Amino acid sequence: MEGSYLKVGNRSFKSRLIVGTGKYKSFEETREAIAVSGAEVVTVAVRRIELDKTKESILNFIDPDKYTFLPNTAGCYSVKEAVMTCQLAREAGLGDLVKVEVIGDEKTLFPDNEATLEASDILVKDGFTVLPYCTDDVVLCKKLEQVGCAAVMPLAAPIGSGLGIRNPYNIRLIQEAVTVPVIIDAGVGTPSDASRAMEMGVDGILMNTAIACAKDPIKMAQAMKMAVESGRLGYEAGRIPKKLYATASSPLEGLIDL
Amino acid sequence: MKLTINGKEKEIATSQNLIELLKELDISESHIAIALNSEIVPRTQFATTSIKDGDTIEIVHAVGGGSG
Repeated sequence: MEGSYLKVGNRSFKSRLIVGTGKYKSFEETREAIAVSGAEVVTVAVRRIELDKTKESILNFIDPDKYTFLPNTAGCYSVKEAVMTCQLAREAGLGDLVKVEVIGDEKTLFPDNEATLEASDILVKDGFTVLPYCTDDVVLCKKLEQVGCAAVMPLAAPIGSGLGIRNPYNIRLIQEAVTVPVIIDAGVGTPSDASRAMEMGVDGILMNTAIACAKDPIKMAQAMKMAVESGRLGYEAGRIPKKLYATASSPLEGLIDL
Repeated sequence: MKLTINGKEKEIATSQNLIELLKELDISESHIAIALNSEIVPRTQFATTSIKDGDTIEIVHAVGGGSG
């Protein structure tokens, strides 16, 4: 069976699951979970080096030959911070594929969409392949595509909430409105959430908390891998239409007359 | 000389440029990036970028993270 690929800019990935690297108990657990998840793209944050602590780096646990890094601008609240964070990430050798995220509200961690659009525009012009985290807003996603983003990444629900897709209709409308890949970023809680999103035909899912904060992150990583794969296969296979009444699945001919 | 490195004041003994500073701080050159007074310094210029008293320096690297 010929598998399909997630295409972002000029890159292609077999896995449609992108995973975060935060909130794990150790770097060893991070390494194992991302390996089991089958993800090829992993997102990392960019932060100050702690001067007086041991300087073991997460990069010692994620093989750059095996994974593509997706540095993110998590924690940025302004265009300037987001743009500079991406430029620092590139300078640090993390590449030019970036997840742009400009937070607009501390409590909900909802993005500042205007700032996200402006930062994305600047970064595309600076040569980055930009994947913006945004709300599930059709008009915004169209604008993000227009400024040259390689995908749009609407949230399913607030970051870390595990609520699943709150508004599947908006996600569907976004899928129709843009030609770039639609990647669900944030809010997925369970494998069924992931499957459901993939069955809708979204191109990929980015998640962190749902795996890292599960009771058994390694098992959940595997569950999410299978959920994303089966959801995608289900989408490609094409579901049956929903019907109100029953349709027998056994032949109506040759019934035994007793 | 006194520098502000990653938000903390730090007395630096001998370093004259960014390469020497990294050595003095025991930070490996690979996988980090530096902003000097809010300007990003390309890594090829670490050795030729001199530092002076009062400079503000940010040294960053990748850490585990997802969103938010």
